[in-house]
Amino acid sequence: MVNVVVFIVATVLVLGGAIGVVTSRNPVYSALLLVATLIGVAVFFVMQQAHLVAAVQVIVYASAIVVLFLFVIMLLGVDREESLEDPIKFQRPVALVLGGVVLAEILFLGGRHWATGAHSSAGSLHGGSNNVETVARSLFTQYLWPFELTAALLVIAVVGGVLLARRSGQRAGGPAPNEEANR
Amino acid sequence: MTGVITITGNYYLVVAAVLFTIGAVGVLVRRNVLVMFMCVELMLNAVNLTFVTFSKMLNDVGGQVTVFFTLVVAAAEVAVGLGIIVAIFRRRQGATADDVNALKG
Repeated sequence: MVNVVVFIVATVLVLGGAIGVVTSRNPVYSALLLVATLIGVAVFFVMQQAHLVAAVQVIVYASAIVVLFLFVIMLLGVDREESLEDPIKFQRPVALVLGGVVLAEILFLGGRHWATGAHSSAGSLHGGSNNVETVARSLFTQYLWPFELTAALLVIAVVGGVLLARRSGQRAGGPAPNEEANR
Repeated sequence: MTGVITITGNYYLVVAAVLFTIGAVGVLVRRNVLVMFMCVELMLNAVNLTFVTFSKMLNDVGGQVTVFFTLVVAAAEVAVGLGIIVAIFRRRQGATADDVNALKG
């Protein structure tokens, strides 16, 4: 019974937050409602005994990534309300229809056995004494090479982010003497 | 336990499908680049939830390990994407996708 109540509350949190992200006029509200969605998904993870993933979800997603979003919103100064009017009139109904088609397609495919009837191939979920040990054992033995590759990916992303956010020469963007003086 | 609803994996899958759809519609509907980006995060989260649910349903640790890699890719994507958004903002004062419909600077 507790499970059902927690599930309903988390579902309301997730879907309400998601709808809020899409419909709110202010990007800051969108970012904060995104936190609600992410926390709700973390609750789903806990309910399915995926404790390590739930902790990482809260630490990485709900804190680091959303803080990054808020930081960029504040840095760029777009924290004001914007019009939700669409200059292309037919775009919104078409988008809603396409969304309905996507949902129907996912639910249809999810009900078929040939789409979701795969068998276990990466080891049992109950191999170790707890969830952290099981995931870590798989991550550092079977998936060691992809794990090392993610390190390379993160380094590339950091270097790329620095290069993109840096002012790349004066001829491209025009001079900004104030910011240059601060360096 | 008769008469009590038990939460099976299918409930999570339906919620994940609806979450993915909301994210997809958000990407199509919104014009603010930052909000579009958040909607992409919604879609990534829906996929993560699906992975964890199947990991539980199939008793397979691979789903939870894949969520880790998805998280790493999402973090890298946010870092690069926000860098691009900051670069666009430097060039022109606006955050709508309509402003960058041409490749020319």
